[in-house]
Amino acid sequence: MKIHEYQGKQILKKFGVTVPRGIHCTTVDDAVKAAETLGGKVWVVKAQIHAGGRGKGGGVKVAKSLDEVRQYADQILGMQLITHQTGPEGQKVRNLLIEEGADIKHEYYVAALTDRATQKVAIMASSEGGMDIEEVAHSTPEKIIKVFVDPLTGLTDEQALTLAKGIGIPEGSVAQAVDTFKKLYTTYMETDASLAEINPLIHEGDGTIKALDAKFNFDSNALYRHPEIVEMRDLDEEDADEIEASKFDLAYISLDGNIGCLVNGAGLAMATMDTIKLFGAEPANFLDVGGGATTEKVTEAFKIMLKNPKVKGILVNIFGGIMRCDTIATGVVTAAKEVHLSVPLVVRMKGTNEEIGKQILRDSGLPIIAADTMAEAAQKIVDAVK
Amino acid sequence: MSILINKDTKVITQGITGKTGQFHTEKCQEYANGKECFVAGVNPKKAGEKIFDIPIYASVKEAAGETGATVSVIYVPPAGAAAAIWEAVEADLDLAICITEGIPVRDMLEVRNKMKAKEAAGGKKTLLLGPNCPGLITPDEIKIGIMPGHIHRKGRIGVVSRSGTLTYEAVAQLTEIGLGQSSAVGIGGDPINGLKHIDVMQMFNDDPDTDAVIMIGEIGGPDEAEAAQWCKANMKKPIVGFIAGVTAPAGKRMGHAGALISGGADTADAKLAIMEECGFKVTRNPSEMAKLLKAML
Repeated sequence: MKIHEYQGKQILKKFGVTVPRGIHCTTVDDAVKAAETLGGKVWVVKAQIHAGGRGKGGGVKVAKSLDEVRQYADQILGMQLITHQTGPEGQKVRNLLIEEGADIKHEYYVAALTDRATQKVAIMASSEGGMDIEEVAHSTPEKIIKVFVDPLTGLTDEQALTLAKGIGIPEGSVAQAVDTFKKLYTTYMETDASLAEINPLIHEGDGTIKALDAKFNFDSNALYRHPEIVEMRDLDEEDADEIEASKFDLAYISLDGNIGCLVNGAGLAMATMDTIKLFGAEPANFLDVGGGATTEKVTEAFKIMLKNPKVKGILVNIFGGIMRCDTIATGVVTAAKEVHLSVPLVVRMKGTNEEIGKQILRDSGLPIIAADTMAEAAQKIVDAVK
Repeated sequence: MSILINKDTKVITQGITGKTGQFHTEKCQEYANGKECFVAGVNPKKAGEKIFDIPIYASVKEAAGETGATVSVIYVPPAGAAAAIWEAVEADLDLAICITEGIPVRDMLEVRNKMKAKEAAGGKKTLLLGPNCPGLITPDEIKIGIMPGHIHRKGRIGVVSRSGTLTYEAVAQLTEIGLGQSSAVGIGGDPINGLKHIDVMQMFNDDPDTDAVIMIGEIGGPDEAEAAQWCKANMKKPIVGFIAGVTAPAGKRMGHAGALISGGADTADAKLAIMEECGFKVTRNPSEMAKLLKAML
């Protein structure tokens, strides 16, 4: 689960990381009031969306007067902000963060994430802050310093010092940087984050180390123990169909193609998508109905797939293990009737009670095309939508 | 022979009294030598009772002590699953198989590092399979987990996969063209897990009753590439490889917690390329895994 920058900074602040003073708002008038409350002569007006690259897309502006705050807030609120992470349609800006200006002397990068190979927490830092870290990793990998933290001991002083020295934090700020890294690690663990990134982390003229941005991603398996983080969820930033699907315990992801697919199991669902592509078409979605695919779930899955106007055909691929093929077949027939299915439907069923399942499909009176293998199913649905 | 488990394995079921645990324990008991294999259950609140004639003990340690069981299978719900794994490790079992899906990553990080610390201090090494996996099966001998038993057939092909239903897919293809399986192992779809492809490939390589292997992976993480490099230098048996997720977009979690492209090296294309380079027969068509393998025998 993702959150906004202003929420990420609230969390960092709670754990003792220094962040700029800032106020979240949703109207232009409130933005101006926020700037007045903050005081000073320079403010930053920052669009809050769940995507990076906001500055380049025109979603971050430095204002030198209250009039400019008003002007920029007016420009940014409601705009379709397009960044390299939003896709070509962009993301509508509904939230702003008004912050005091910062006296940036240098921009660094630091992030905590779980390293699968070592099964430890990696803390990554770089002297090249303020830019896309993937670019840094690609062009100057030597400028990224990594330490691996054993969760049983936590980030040690020595490791934190390696990071601070490694990225060239000036002597006078090293102690605060070490402290910041340790607090970032604590934040990461205590909140069950899967990513906690500060880019840029800056040092100011007076030596202060400050988090100028905050990007968090949380482990959805652990949200049950963080109601305060769940409250930060902003459904406006998420795909409406994916939210709808999650209500029925369906794992659904929209894609760009025109063949809807409904599969049990994440691996088989990906393999089905890949097979569709292999036979010359593109999948419209990933959809895993899971192990307990009831008629209700299958019906909802059909409804969600068919909301997508691009869908010209549907492929159902079920490997009946514990879930029997006859149960799935009944679900598919009921669902197809309920939604008055008008696009071609290919069903491939394998496993427990396969023959009974196929008979139910044949007896349904629906124009369902049967297939024996994934490849045959893909070929048939691709032909049917041509 | 087979890998990890056989008809003589004695198994403890942790979470035997829950709905999932009960359902699958009954199926496992019904399969092949299951009645002899599933000897104990654990639930501190129901110690002394029985379920399907299986005695329930208060702890894994007690269950192991009373029955001589060396393997446990875990159906405990996510919030308590990592603790259940640790209990099996503390009881010095040979193998813990965790079926549970949805365990917080932090819990897995902590238990995996505790397991490594225990080994480093000279304690007994307990292997972990999973979590978020279907379990494993040695056909006609023993099934530990949630896979449908009837699609399997005894034979000489090994199967290893991160995905449950893709394992079944491979097994069913093999059985259909007359090739049985020595063991079929689901290592699970979570980012922090126990046995990895490389570990299972080593076991299949050493198993005299395995002639060839189907290795199935998916997007996300370095495991398949690591296994491929090891196989290039060591594997003496033919391998067919498939990676799911060629069409998966970067940055999106595809159902499995671990199925997430986070860089350039963990895409399906990158993994397929490395596997091919390392001597695997790779395919982009998951419907022909068994057919390709048969052609290599």
